[in-house]
Amino acid sequence: MTSLDDNGTDKPVAPGGASAVGTSPPATVPAPAGTSGTEDRLAAVATSLPVAHSARGYFNLYVQRVRGGEMGSLPAVGGLVGLVILFSAIQPTFRGLYNFGNMLTEGSGPVLLAMGLVFVLLLGEIDLSAGFAGGVCAAVMVRLMVGYNMAWPVSIGAALVTGIVIGLLIGFLRTKVRIPSFVVTLAFFLAFQGVALFIVNNGKGAHGDVRITDNVVLAFENSQMPKWAGWLLAAVLIAGYGYVKLSAQRARRRQGLLGEPTVVLAAKIGGVTVGLLLFVLLLNQNRNVNSTPVATNVNGTITFVRPPAVEGVPWVVLVLVGFFVLWTFVLSRTRYGRHVYAVGGNEEASRRAGIAVDRVRISVFVICSFMAAVGGIMIGSNVAAVSVQNYSGNTLLLAVGAAVIGGTSLFGGKGRVVDALIGGAVVEVIQNGMSNLVQGNNGSSVQYIVTGVVLMLAAAIDALSRRRAGATGLG
Amino acid sequence: MSDQPILEMRDIKKSFGPVDVLKEVDFRAQAGQVTALVGDNGAGKSTLVKCISGTYAIDGGEYLYEGRPVVVHSPRDASALGIEIVYQDLALCDNLDIVQNMFLGRERVSGLVLDESSMEQAAEETLRSLSVRTVKSVRQRVASLSGGQRQTVAIAKAVLWNSNVVVLDEPTAALGVAQTAQVLSLVRRLADRGLAVVLISHNMTDVLQVADSIAVLYLGQMAAQVDRRDVNQQQLVELITTGRLEGSDIAGITKGAIA
Ligand SMILES: Nc1ncnc2c1ncn2[C@@H]1O[C@H](COP(=O)(O)OP(=O)(O)OP(=O)(O)O)[C@@H](O)[C@H]1O
Ligand SMILES: [Mg+2]
Repeated sequence: MTSLDDNGTDKPVAPGGASAVGTSPPATVPAPAGTSGTEDRLAAVATSLPVAHSARGYFNLYVQRVRGGEMGSLPAVGGLVGLVILFSAIQPTFRGLYNFGNMLTEGSGPVLLAMGLVFVLLLGEIDLSAGFAGGVCAAVMVRLMVGYNMAWPVSIGAALVTGIVIGLLIGFLRTKVRIPSFVVTLAFFLAFQGVALFIVNNGKGAHGDVRITDNVVLAFENSQMPKWAGWLLAAVLIAGYGYVKLSAQRARRRQGLLGEPTVVLAAKIGGVTVGLLLFVLLLNQNRNVNSTPVATNVNGTITFVRPPAVEGVPWVVLVLVGFFVLWTFVLSRTRYGRHVYAVGGNEEASRRAGIAVDRVRISVFVICSFMAAVGGIMIGSNVAAVSVQNYSGNTLLLAVGAAVIGGTSLFGGKGRVVDALIGGAVVEVIQNGMSNLVQGNNGSSVQYIVTGVVLMLAAAIDALSRRRAGATGLG
Repeated sequence: MSDQPILEMRDIKKSFGPVDVLKEVDFRAQAGQVTALVGDNGAGKSTLVKCISGTYAIDGGEYLYEGRPVVVHSPRDASALGIEIVYQDLALCDNLDIVQNMFLGRERVSGLVLDESSMEQAAEETLRSLSVRTVKSVRQRVASLSGGQRQTVAIAKAVLWNSNVVVLDEPTAALGVAQTAQVLSLVRRLADRGLAVVLISHNMTDVLQVADSIAVLYLGQMAAQVDRRDVNQQQLVELITTGRLEGSDIAGITKGAIA
């Protein structure tokens, strides 16, 4: 506790020094100006639910919260904008529409992985094995399809179940055997690499980097929705977001509670609308780099044929959006989600409150490994093959980095699913922008160094903002 | 009020291996009263509280609630009876706000979804009913609260559940003068609302100021449970340090002679 607390916060409060709560008996006397200014500001800044009477008040509150260390995704969004401008300026290939779609599909696997990691990080745990766990699951899928001719629903189902089993195993070792998650998952990091290699190199069918031939699995990353489906997706999302926001505000008003100012609400919904429409509009353009007709021999006559258009929202976006909405709902609106935050904040308090702490802890590892399976399948779909090196430590660290860059804390108790999305975008932009920039012999060495530096930077921001928040009592 | 204690512990025994921590302890708490539980370090106060809360299973003796023998195996059982414990190290989550903490483990939902606004309203109402004016917003994160505010929230959390017995383990230990006064007046208000309040404290001034009845534990035995009006500070200190009172005939010193 710091000086702010000694600031008379608990002086027998002068009547009327109260606002929200103490509106009982003598509270009609207005607070003497200035006396409780510090506390009022602290209370407002430390709120878990920013509300204000006016847009101006809301904005001031936001600025104060950021300065108090409650930065959320701000550094990540700022970094993203900066990086996009930088790479666009120095690299013509980066800014093309083609690369936009390319980054979207390339980055989807790590983002899905990062969504699962957010849950684990919320409990102050880590899952170093998530990358190779995804590899094992993808290997299971491709082996069943290639070696045993299983249909895609069976193969994908088996991969997802594998993920769940892996999560249960990690959770069991962490909670019942009480091995620190760092050690459990480091051991699995090594073991799963072996398991994945074993599966792709053994059994019926092709060995080595097993090619994916199933059209449905390939479609996630390599085909696009019809244009109308993209618009429909945007419309559904906009309507859903608007409904959630407006009904929350209405519920608060009904109970006589202060909500978000209508102007702010309108701005948020408007921003989401514009953003989503722009997103679909861009992706519905033909982004094929070769759009000029080429001379082709069709039944003996030379005709000029346009190469097939690449247009529409990639199918994987549907997967991303689906899990994003699902997990955001789970974390922010359900009792289970509340318990995840509680256990991450204070395990003992949660236990005393009757929360089944061990069950919550196991569940986050299950969610993480399940999402690793989903991500692993998408990574396979992206390169049309399951190749163990694509699930390496680099993949995992980038996913962890994505969550942390987005604003999820490594110390537990703080994080959101959207962090994975925003941080994942930053990581993908860096990866993509760098890979075209540094080519030749030193390409991969530079990439490793940059990845390491970015991860360290994110962790440093996390630690510093935590310290700052601690100093201002925002925790 | 009736004479029947709402909570009564009779001949409670508790040992950890060869160590007898509680030796046939009797303890009573009346509704509408503050019952102080005092004793030197290691006397067994926290152990007794953990027996009341169901954290520890008692090895012998009777646990009576409203005159009926009950079996309390876990904090859940105690909560179900209407007994809430506020622990020394406050069981609050720093990263959650006041409402979220007050409803932790018992969140209100409509369908699958948390009913935030109803919880917020109920939390505000509870704090208001306790005349708590020190917290500005129930949506404030607990990390930003002072020691006294945290204690207030922890106590209000216990009250939220329409509990009949609230046990406070050293609620003022870490507080300054002003905050202590505030918490003590809150303790008094709880009793005035008809709750049975059990207050553990090392501070004799606090105890004498707020308690109606005082139970003194000495080396795992109940040296005395006396009416506040029958003792002064000096006598209380003597009871705590020696387990007996020279030449006293105060009613309530049931097991005065400690070998
Ligand atoms: N889990 C345990 N195992 C063994 N001994 C224990 C255990 N818990 C408490 N004790 C012992 O029981 C005795 C009473 O402890 P207790 O914590 O109940 O004392 P207390 O009255 O609360 O003291 P304080 O005023 O310091 O909080 C002490 O001697 C302690 O060492
Ligand atoms: Mg104790």
